[in-house]
Amino acid sequence: MTFPIPRRLAGLAALLTLASAPALAQQANLARNLAATCANCHGTTGNAKGDMKPLAGVSAEKIVAMVADYKSGAQPATIMHQIAKGYTDEQIRLVAGYFAAQKATR
Amino acid sequence: MHSALPQLPSRRRLVVGAAALGGLATLGLAGCATGGPSIGRVVVVGGGFGGTTAARYLKLWGGNVDVTLVERNASFVSCPISNLVIGGYRQMADITRGYEGLQALGVKVVQGDVTAIDAAAKKVRLAGGSELAYDRLVVSPGIDFLWEQVGGLQAAVDAGTVVHSWKAGPQTVALRRQLEAMPDGGVVAIAIPKVPYRCPPGPYERACMVASYLKTAKPKSKLLVLDANPEVQSKKALFEKAFKDHYAGILEYRPNAELKEVSGKVAKLEFEDVKPDVLNAIPPQRAADIARSAGLVNINNRWAGVNWLTMESTAVPGIHVLGDATFPAALMPKSGHMANQHAKVAAAAIIELLKGQPVNATPVVMNTCYSFVTARDVIHVASVHQYDAAEKTFKTVPGSGGVSAAANQIEGRYALSWAQNIWDDMLGT
Repeated sequence: MTFPIPRRLAGLAALLTLASAPALAQQANLARNLAATCANCHGTTGNAKGDMKPLAGVSAEKIVAMVADYKSGAQPATIMHQIAKGYTDEQIRLVAGYFAAQKATR
Repeated sequence: MHSALPQLPSRRRLVVGAAALGGLATLGLAGCATGGPSIGRVVVVGGGFGGTTAARYLKLWGGNVDVTLVERNASFVSCPISNLVIGGYRQMADITRGYEGLQALGVKVVQGDVTAIDAAAKKVRLAGGSELAYDRLVVSPGIDFLWEQVGGLQAAVDAGTVVHSWKAGPQTVALRRQLEAMPDGGVVAIAIPKVPYRCPPGPYERACMVASYLKTAKPKSKLLVLDANPEVQSKKALFEKAFKDHYAGILEYRPNAELKEVSGKVAKLEFEDVKPDVLNAIPPQRAADIARSAGLVNINNRWAGVNWLTMESTAVPGIHVLGDATFPAALMPKSGHMANQHAKVAAAAIIELLKGQPVNATPVVMNTCYSFVTARDVIHVASVHQYDAAEKTFKTVPGSGGVSAAANQIEGRYALSWAQNIWDDMLGT
């Protein structure tokens, strides 16, 4: 048997299976809404132009790790260390799952 | 694979997961849902940072929302980056974008002036008499000026003697032309109103851009920065350092120098008159006219109060107000970036309200403002604001946000990339 789930969606699917249907819809929208706070710089759905880091299609674990390094200071930054500290770890996990599931179009 | 997420799904979970993903299309997560009846009509007044973002995200997230955007200008002209046009480092074409990207998404774009809002009948009236009916209205009108606070200023701006250049467009061009026409050895004055005004770092960035132009093109000239406030209002230490390091001998900063009256090009302060060759007087500001006439202005007779979970007006139900026109939460700047963030909160909430479902109880907004201190060196200020359910407002997260360590060229590149990305995020491509 094969499963019609693209690899890039597997993480999100797994996340969503943990919740009931209405809660699931709310959590999906919450992830979407939180990720949209990043879109001003990183592009709608994480497809960034220019010198901004694209996030669409980047694995969730990589995004979570990057943000953790910004928060801890392990990864020096001009601005992301300040922004990362404004989000909870749970919010970052939701954002990361959302971007991982987006298609890179650039 | 996703160590930070729940484990790789078991077979049983995958089947459920597939069903869940099937449901995502109807949630709008997979993009633009099409087909089926409209869930409602939304009219958006104002095609700036807030209004365009609301229109676009209502389409991206709502699918079958009937969205009409009303804007009086034919194109969008960005205030952010417009100081580079004034300095001579960019052209108007670089900060001007069309509304075609929104039209391609199915947004109806109407060029026109909204003259009245009938909240009881849920109708918007346009100049010329036509009407648009709505289920939910978004008003993102920006600012208008408190002309009455500076005697003679409106007449001087109308006559073209003095420029405000605080709405991007012809006023941006006018200031640039006046700077180009001024002989070397001339005096430029920029008058800054008391806070709150649109774009807190904007006047100081403008001072840097004007001084940078004078330094290279007209080095015998002077720039007087007449600030009604007691000190620089944003990124203070960084701007003061830029004034000293790059523009000593050209730029003179005067705190507590409120512009009281304008006569011709004479700027009258409390204790003296200044007679510059070019006068850029930024007037004190309030929510734009349409917010006032629609009864949305309910705080300090100046700004529109909103419910931060929905951006719905606290004065008139069914109308959502975005951006500079709102009375802000603590430490929330009046910026294009913040208007874009307001719009996303509103778009998500409006879709839920049209569907009769609960709105997101934990919204987050954030802000980034980049400012050029030379043609290449940039400084930022950033903040993250989480909704506080107990106090029913947004609050900045302790320990988050801040300003650049020092002006730098990497952020110069980021600032230009920021502009490209936010313009795309608002207007589509």
